[in-house]
Amino acid sequence: MWQRIKLILKSVREYKKFALITPLFMVGEAALECLLPFIMSVLIDDIGKIEKPIDIMEKYFTNFIFPISIFWIIIILIGFSILSLICGILGGRFAARASIGMGANLRSDLYKKIQSFSFNNIDKFHSSSLITRMTTDVNNVQMAFQMCIRIVIRAPLMMIFSAIMAFIAGGHMAWIFIGLIPLVGFALFLIIRFAMKIFMRVFKRYDKLNESVQENVSGVRVVKSFVREDFEKEKFARASDGMTGDFIKAEKIVALHNPVINTGIHLSNILVVGIGSYIICTTLPLVPVTTNADGETVIEFGQLSIGQMSSLLTYGIQILSSVMMISMILIMLVMSIESMKRIAEVLEEVPSIQNPENPITEVKNGEVVFKNVNFKYFENAEKNTLENLNLTIKSGQFIGVLGSTGSGKTSLVNLISRLYDVTDGSVTVAGHDVREYDLVTLRDAVSVVLQKNVLFSGTIASNLRWGNKEATEEEMWAALKIAQADEIVNGKEQKLESVVEQGGANFSGGQKQRICIARALLKNPKILILDDSTSAVDTKTDRLIRKGLKESLPEMTKIVIAQRISSIENADQIIIMDDGKINAIGTHEELLKSNKIYQEVYYTQNAIGGNK
Amino acid sequence: MPPIKIRERGRAKKGTMKRLVKKLFKEFPVHLIVSAICIVFNVAANLCSSIFSGLIAGVLTRGIIENNGPYNPMTFDKYYTATVFGGSFKVTTNIPILLIIMGSIYFVGIFAAWGWNRTMAIVTQKFMNKFRKDMFLHMQDLPIKYFDTHPRGSVMSLYTNDIDTVRQFISQSLPEFLRASLSILFALIMMLINSVWMTLIVLLGSVFMVLSTKIIGGKASKYFIKQQMQTGIVEGNVEESMKGLKVIKVFNHEDESIEQFEGLNNTLKDYATAANIHGNITGPINGNIGNFIYVLTAFIACLILTLPGFQNLTIIKGLVAINSENKEAFYSMIVSFLMMTRMFSNNITVFSQQVTFIVLGMAGASRCFDLLDEVVEEDDGYVTLVHIKKDEDGTIHETDEKTRLYAWKHPHGDGTLTYTELKGDIVLDHVDFGYVQDKLVLHDISIYARPGQQIALVGATGAGKTTITNLINRFYPLADGKVRYDGININKIKKADLRRSLGIVLQDVNLFTGTVMENIRYGRLDATDEEVYEAAKIANAYDFIMRLPEGFNTMLTGDGANLSQGQRQLISIARAAVADAPVMILDEATSSIDTRTEKLVQDGMTQLMKGRTVFVIAHRLSTIQNSNAIMVLDQGRIIERGDHDSLIADKGTYYQLYTGAFELE
Repeated sequence: MWQRIKLILKSVREYKKFALITPLFMVGEAALECLLPFIMSVLIDDIGKIEKPIDIMEKYFTNFIFPISIFWIIIILIGFSILSLICGILGGRFAARASIGMGANLRSDLYKKIQSFSFNNIDKFHSSSLITRMTTDVNNVQMAFQMCIRIVIRAPLMMIFSAIMAFIAGGHMAWIFIGLIPLVGFALFLIIRFAMKIFMRVFKRYDKLNESVQENVSGVRVVKSFVREDFEKEKFARASDGMTGDFIKAEKIVALHNPVINTGIHLSNILVVGIGSYIICTTLPLVPVTTNADGETVIEFGQLSIGQMSSLLTYGIQILSSVMMISMILIMLVMSIESMKRIAEVLEEVPSIQNPENPITEVKNGEVVFKNVNFKYFENAEKNTLENLNLTIKSGQFIGVLGSTGSGKTSLVNLISRLYDVTDGSVTVAGHDVREYDLVTLRDAVSVVLQKNVLFSGTIASNLRWGNKEATEEEMWAALKIAQADEIVNGKEQKLESVVEQGGANFSGGQKQRICIARALLKNPKILILDDSTSAVDTKTDRLIRKGLKESLPEMTKIVIAQRISSIENADQIIIMDDGKINAIGTHEELLKSNKIYQEVYYTQNAIGGNK
Repeated sequence: MPPIKIRERGRAKKGTMKRLVKKLFKEFPVHLIVSAICIVFNVAANLCSSIFSGLIAGVLTRGIIENNGPYNPMTFDKYYTATVFGGSFKVTTNIPILLIIMGSIYFVGIFAAWGWNRTMAIVTQKFMNKFRKDMFLHMQDLPIKYFDTHPRGSVMSLYTNDIDTVRQFISQSLPEFLRASLSILFALIMMLINSVWMTLIVLLGSVFMVLSTKIIGGKASKYFIKQQMQTGIVEGNVEESMKGLKVIKVFNHEDESIEQFEGLNNTLKDYATAANIHGNITGPINGNIGNFIYVLTAFIACLILTLPGFQNLTIIKGLVAINSENKEAFYSMIVSFLMMTRMFSNNITVFSQQVTFIVLGMAGASRCFDLLDEVVEEDDGYVTLVHIKKDEDGTIHETDEKTRLYAWKHPHGDGTLTYTELKGDIVLDHVDFGYVQDKLVLHDISIYARPGQQIALVGATGAGKTTITNLINRFYPLADGKVRYDGININKIKKADLRRSLGIVLQDVNLFTGTVMENIRYGRLDATDEEVYEAAKIANAYDFIMRLPEGFNTMLTGDGANLSQGQRQLISIARAAVADAPVMILDEATSSIDTRTEKLVQDGMTQLMKGRTVFVIAHRLSTIQNSNAIMVLDQGRIIERGDHDSLIADKGTYYQLYTGAFELE
């Protein structure tokens, strides 16, 4: 855990000085907060000592009797107050700067780290869990951090300071507090412990409840179609009620927190006053009470004076409230431990694919060779996802890949752009192992249109420029035309500058796929991989896209994964994948003659085929 | 889809506070009153205890003077006249008795503190439970339009962020508010009793506190709201890039996306820093204004004390210190007045520190109320679906038995009832529709689906295929025209009954947390285990389910994340199969199933479709060739209709679409 806290604290960076300086000001403010009431009581005492005013007005001005000591006290009070104000303002400022800055750094560190992840790393963390880590978890840590720098030094210091003062002022009487601290501390510890136990449990239920809300929001069509509104309502009410019971249980324990502190303070008051009065009365020296020149009584005290007793009361309150503050820090820390753990997990993760030393920065052509390739996603997986693959794709060829779900089509193409590394064997592009290339060079040369494709919020043009930052409008239109997406963009009022909403929500599946293909083309790649990228596009458009690719970009190697035979039947070679192995390679005619899988798929899709 | 409303996470609407507090009071009047009483006692006990230690000090001094030396404080038993808040009281000098009284007051205080802490904890949790349920229950009754027009993220944040600000308001701000107001009120009354003029001075000073609260607290609130909005933006960006992470990698777009994030993150940092700075300094500023007021008051008291002719100056006596006959009395008045000044200003500070929580809480509550104010789905249908028995001569009787034979029960204006057997005859008669007024997306759609027929809807994305099915199950109201179900206008049919008679399988599969069994049974809650197995077999899902670690009892979480897309689709088909509805809508039901698996599913589907009226939407034309009628849609109009052979013979769009696959050079 310590290691993790240290790792997270690395994100403080340029805000370190603020983080270090904050406690200073907070301590200053706290010290002044202790001093001010003390000086105020001196002031009141002094007001009490003011001489009786002189009745004659003239003398008031000649014999200025306004006590100078009060003047000074007032000036000191104002001065301390200003100091306390300055400490408070600066402490607040620096605390905010330090903690918010640290939070922002942490978010940015996480973001950068995640951007360096390979596909393997990404698979390990789900995207939704990454989102929580970057939002809720960072917020929790940020809050705990702010709390810490504001209180973590101040509270114990105030406790020690007050305790010392209590010993100075009240001698052995101060042991009362030393005795009470562990008692109150232990009671608070029990409260926190029991409450936290329930809270941890109930927070998990709360998360689950919110997940079920999410399911209902996204699955609302299913709920309404099956008329399950009442069923869902009941389910939700039951879950929410059950959780509330636990919440109340925990909160009832927390409700003891305040009274326990109060009991501590009041108990110390009674003890101090009780024992104090006894000591005062019984230890008075046997000297008669005298009257001074002004007719005021003067009492000589023994082991304890009344004044000492009242200052003891004040220190008692301060000591016990610091105990409370310390317990609050504990709560914050415990609450944020889980968040810290989750953040540290991401920061600790080592990207599994990294750039080689002295990388090759040019991909000469679009030739791909698989040599004895074995591949599995997880080291401890029993079965290879891809088993002993050997394959040669010549530059400029059109390759189709067909196979059922889970047969390894996507895994196969993902190795080419080194989205994953092979477990055994090698994949070479243009004669070099993909692991020798600079990653950026390789991925620019091998353009993949992924199965799960997304557009990003911005404009169509800004999305297209992902492919090529300097793309001109002409280039964009050309790419759109090949991808059969020019009409989509033309249909929009603002053409290339049309707005794309988050996740491309304002485009249909087929439209998104076509724009994504255009985006991939703008890279001007040596190899283009379409991973089931036209599934939502109708057959006619699908055909036109392939035609466009063939005519406009004959040099480019095209690897197309498809469900529809029509998408790949004109390929130079069709690879049939089955259970992680290459079942057959051949042209449409060859496979139709000899390959069972291909025949089966073909006849399912073209029942008319026989008639034709 | 209708246009999506993006709502700003701005300030609260007017009257939110009133509405929330009213709602709270309506739910928990007793609890709240008990809490309030406890708070009153708590505040009062705290006040008394601070006076008591002063009293005991006075008693001690008196005892020492009277005994002229050491004495046993237990035995000193006389009365001592104390001045408290300007009034004189007789107090016993027996210290143990005083301590017992003090202890009792403390006990009342502690008990009261525990009372309100506990009661407010219960009120908060119970209210949150109620509020959450109100929201969810209301949301379930909202029309599909609400869900289509509100981004999922912003609906979700109602249940997480917004409701949490409300919780904070109720559990913290509300009691603090009451506690502070009580103390302020008490201090004010005490000050007024002591001295009207000096109270005015304090009030004048506290104008600065109010001003600073208004300015700094206002700024803090402004930035907190901005921070909230920017947090939404950053979260949106994070969500987008985490979901598109693989695309980012493929396009080497890491640096650009980092740069974009940094920009947004920095703006967030600026707002959050400003918000937190303002929030953090409210306390010190107001606290120290309080100190200044204290000093000022003390200074004026000194001036008055030293003023010549004080004892004779009736004006001052009258205005400044009504109860102060002499210096001693004035002095003790000043002492308690100053104490009250401190209490007054301290509590205004407490008050000012709650301002941002209140503003944020109200903004959150306002958004939750917006959801509660959404108009629920209307249903003026009165035709219901009932189980029936048929006599041999064909007359229909309603029955409570689950006969799996249904009829529409149609009450008429003259009090008579007719029963129409459920057959699955669906007619769309010149239907027009638009998501927004004056912008039709469907024009003059007429479709005749006879019982048992299969109707296919074909066309490009956005042509209006799904929209048509949205009208049949009344997710959206028609703009013009009629839809008839077994001859009955569907507007007359109760929505629940209408939808129960329509089975649906969508392209986007949504599963729920629960076992596979529960997910399939979702189609019909009273289905037996055997019926669920049967349905799974029809959908060809049985085999793969049995291979799952715990078969039908395997838990599905995160929308079935542990299943492949195809497997999820098979479960959703099984779910529709178990519903056993006479009319089925299959919206791209097989698009994510690979062709080899599809063949398996297709067999099941054929069995499922037997004897049912089916609307099929599909991209793969091979799956719909056997349909009785195929509607080719383009931009919301039916441009061709007929069966496969006739459409092929027409050589129109369908022919082009169909043959397109074979024409590749």
